[in-house]
Amino acid sequence: MKLPVVKKQRTLATETWRRFKKNKLALTGMIVLSSLVLIALSTIVIDLATDNAVYNNYVIKQNLRMRLQGPSKDHIFGLDEFGRDIFMRMIWAVRYSLFMGTIAIALSTIAGGLLGAIAGYYGKVTDNAIMRFMDVLLAIPSMLLATAIVAALGTSLTNVLIAIAISYVPTFARTVRASVLTIKDQEFIEAARAMGASDSRIIFKYILPNSMAPLIVQATLGVAGAILSIAGLSFLGLGIQPPTPEWGSMLSSARAYIREGWHITVIPGLGIMITILALNVMGDGLRDALDPRLKN
Amino acid sequence: MKPSDELLSIEKVTIHYETEDGIVHALNEISLTMKKGETLGLVGETGAGKTTLAKGILRLIPSPPGVIKQGRILFEGTDLLSLNENQMRAIRGNSISMIFQDPMTSLNPVMPVGDQIMEVVEAHTKNASKEEMYQQACDMLEMVGIPADRSHEYPHQFSGGMKQRVIIAIALACNPTLLIADEPTTALDVTIQAQVLDMITALKSRLNTAMLLITHDLGVVAQNCDRVAIMYAGQVIELGTLQDIFKRPQHPYTKGLLGSIPSLTKNVRRLSPIKGLMPDPTDLPPGCAFAPRCQYASDVCTRGVPAIYTLSDTHQVRCVLAEQEVNHE
Amino acid sequence: MNDTIKRPLLRVEHLKKYFHTNKGTLHAVDDVSFSIHKGETLGVVGESGCGKSTLGRTILRLHEPTDGKIFFEDQEVTGLDAHAMKALRRDMQIIFQDPFASLNPRMTVSETIGESLLIQKLFTRKQGVELRKRVTELMDFVGLSAKLVNSYPHELDGGRRQRIGIARVLALDPKFVVCDEPVSALDVSIQAQILNLMQDLQDELGLTYLFITHDLSVVKHLSNNIVVMYLGQMVEMAPSLVLFEKPLHPYTQALLSAIPVPDPDYAVDRVLLQGELTSPINPQPGCRFAKRCPYASEACTKHDIPLKEVAPGHFVACTLV
Repeated sequence: MKLPVVKKQRTLATETWRRFKKNKLALTGMIVLSSLVLIALSTIVIDLATDNAVYNNYVIKQNLRMRLQGPSKDHIFGLDEFGRDIFMRMIWAVRYSLFMGTIAIALSTIAGGLLGAIAGYYGKVTDNAIMRFMDVLLAIPSMLLATAIVAALGTSLTNVLIAIAISYVPTFARTVRASVLTIKDQEFIEAARAMGASDSRIIFKYILPNSMAPLIVQATLGVAGAILSIAGLSFLGLGIQPPTPEWGSMLSSARAYIREGWHITVIPGLGIMITILALNVMGDGLRDALDPRLKN
Repeated sequence: MKPSDELLSIEKVTIHYETEDGIVHALNEISLTMKKGETLGLVGETGAGKTTLAKGILRLIPSPPGVIKQGRILFEGTDLLSLNENQMRAIRGNSISMIFQDPMTSLNPVMPVGDQIMEVVEAHTKNASKEEMYQQACDMLEMVGIPADRSHEYPHQFSGGMKQRVIIAIALACNPTLLIADEPTTALDVTIQAQVLDMITALKSRLNTAMLLITHDLGVVAQNCDRVAIMYAGQVIELGTLQDIFKRPQHPYTKGLLGSIPSLTKNVRRLSPIKGLMPDPTDLPPGCAFAPRCQYASDVCTRGVPAIYTLSDTHQVRCVLAEQEVNHE
Repeated sequence: MNDTIKRPLLRVEHLKKYFHTNKGTLHAVDDVSFSIHKGETLGVVGESGCGKSTLGRTILRLHEPTDGKIFFEDQEVTGLDAHAMKALRRDMQIIFQDPFASLNPRMTVSETIGESLLIQKLFTRKQGVELRKRVTELMDFVGLSAKLVNSYPHELDGGRRQRIGIARVLALDPKFVVCDEPVSALDVSIQAQILNLMQDLQDELGLTYLFITHDLSVVKHLSNNIVVMYLGQMVEMAPSLVLFEKPLHPYTQALLSAIPVPDPDYAVDRVLLQGELTSPINPQPGCRFAKRCPYASEACTKHDIPLKEVAPGHFVACTLV
């Protein structure tokens, strides 16, 4: 008997990519983000290679005589209130926004994911204890929570990261708990139990891989939120301190000069906006690609 | 068959689904006729195209990806495929109505069942007062064996069998001439299935409604239908009366299906299943679609789609083996 | 069945499983007793909500029994600790109803089949080659083409998925398998293929089955004995042929007559039941079928009706016999 032709192997990743690339908007978002990542990486390489010479000479070097000069051939984004090249500052700032956002979200995804999985899987008292604590965290506006944490622990890069990570934990715990609850009653979990699989094996090998899709989407959108939070904290003066370039703090210090030079506020603002937009459309695209049932 | 008796005539209908994975050949030049008042059983396995045919008659094929490639569906003389959406809406629920498989999801959960029946009555009768329509809805409920005072209750207050009765009441509310029942009892327990089927059969003979009963259960067909059409890969491969199909099956697939059912009446040690699987509808084999699984297949079978051979007034089969017995029509 | 010579492989005594719900206590399995001998099949038949699936899962202790005892090869299963239970799971396995829901969608065919071997430490992660060889053997055994090793469940049809479910159980070389409606989600022609496969496996490996189904015709030619359940209780138990020829409980009779027979000349005397199935929440004493029973009298609802042995091996719980 001739067996029907076996289709070429499709893993979740290839299947998702096949659907994702059809969404042109999401694809654009991804290209924007990849370029940002490349920029960030290359600035790090440049810094290492030149021993911060470029950074010292072009990014933080002040030139008060030319302060607030508008965009020109030499400085396409113009100069800021201290006469620093905005283009260079924008580029050097990418790494802070992007990587800090990513790291913060990675931390909260892991913590929130585990807490959510444990709460959902064990249920009852464990569930109540974990989720009520998450509710308490959720009841405080995340920006306020982050501000409070930074204010308490002092302003530093690590503290900003921790603050943002903590404020996002409840979101991820909730997402994962919800999908664990639907997955844990499925027969394949029962099959694993019938085979004698341990709880940790069931959580890590059966439940978590199957609840990845909403988590990935939530994380992508979370990075956008985290970048905004970092920018916001910096804007309030609680985040990254000058002269280190960071979009939020650039925007913050520029606001006093908005009447004298429009470009110094508009350009960091646009930078933040484009990044967030790219992340959001990519997140939406990922959601549709990971769960085709939502669309069509 | 006299043309005046003819209620529905499906002529060489081809429906494809154009998906990312290729073209799904759901129906391939299928032809079928139904008489007024008769019950035709449509039997086939998953993917045979039963539901596509039912939805095609009502023009409910989602498009995209569904495309009606060719053919005519004549209902009381009018070609349904040539009607516009407004004309079609007048036919749906009015002269043709449909019962879906899953009673759990076919009802609106936030609307009392009485109101749901009234909605249908309202959409299809003119100049009736609210009271008259409500009365009619209650009558329908009584007719399917539900006390009228339950008309204010919501679907979740009914059991599965009761919900299916409500759905039947909705389907019959406008006294249709054709009822399409797509696996109406598959989701129900056996004892409840028996109740519901008995009720449908009694109602349809009372209202003189023709019924297209789609099922995978040959037992249900044998107990409830007048004629049977066996479908395989988007085509009717055998058509006949109950006696033709159950006592004198000609197509190897029909024989295989009958051999696959565990029998209640006979003692057999082993079943004789059909080998292999349904063909992939995006990649149908050339010629007879059943040939790769057929123990009698020869070169002829893969050369071209077999013609329809008429064995008697009522019995038709699409298999080259029948050629020896009859002359080509 | 000569009890003095052969000792049963599995013995269930007065097994009860109650669930606490918002509406009250659900008596899913209420005082069920039976035994199965090695190499035999016990069919458990009933409609939705009769507790047949709960029964299967409680025997495997996927649900903890509320009361009663389970003995497997004279070892009491009910009292075992987690460690001993894990070891026992090699001998007692389950095939699930829904071949779509019972396979982890993120694991390939070979991973799924190999998983049970890894969990039970029959192979270690380092023995990749041996493990793969064993998986291929098993796939061949249940009629799965070797080229499907890297496929994911969603790429396969129901019949093939059910074969994976069977292969993963066979990997452990069990003695006793609970088959929870293994074919009811499949098409007729595929259903017959799987039933035949299960029968072959029983003949070759001497497996013992507890075959749960709602479809009496499926168990007829497979089972030695059949238990009929209604709302958590056993209403009748008899050797297969006896049950089909001489059903005594009115519910068994109704169930048998409700099955549509694929023969247009077969005239049935339908015992059409009134009413619907309910659920056994806080049940009243007496026969739970009495409300729908055409022969019900006052005696039926006064107190619980015990099972009575009307002929050797034929038990009925009904006031009429």
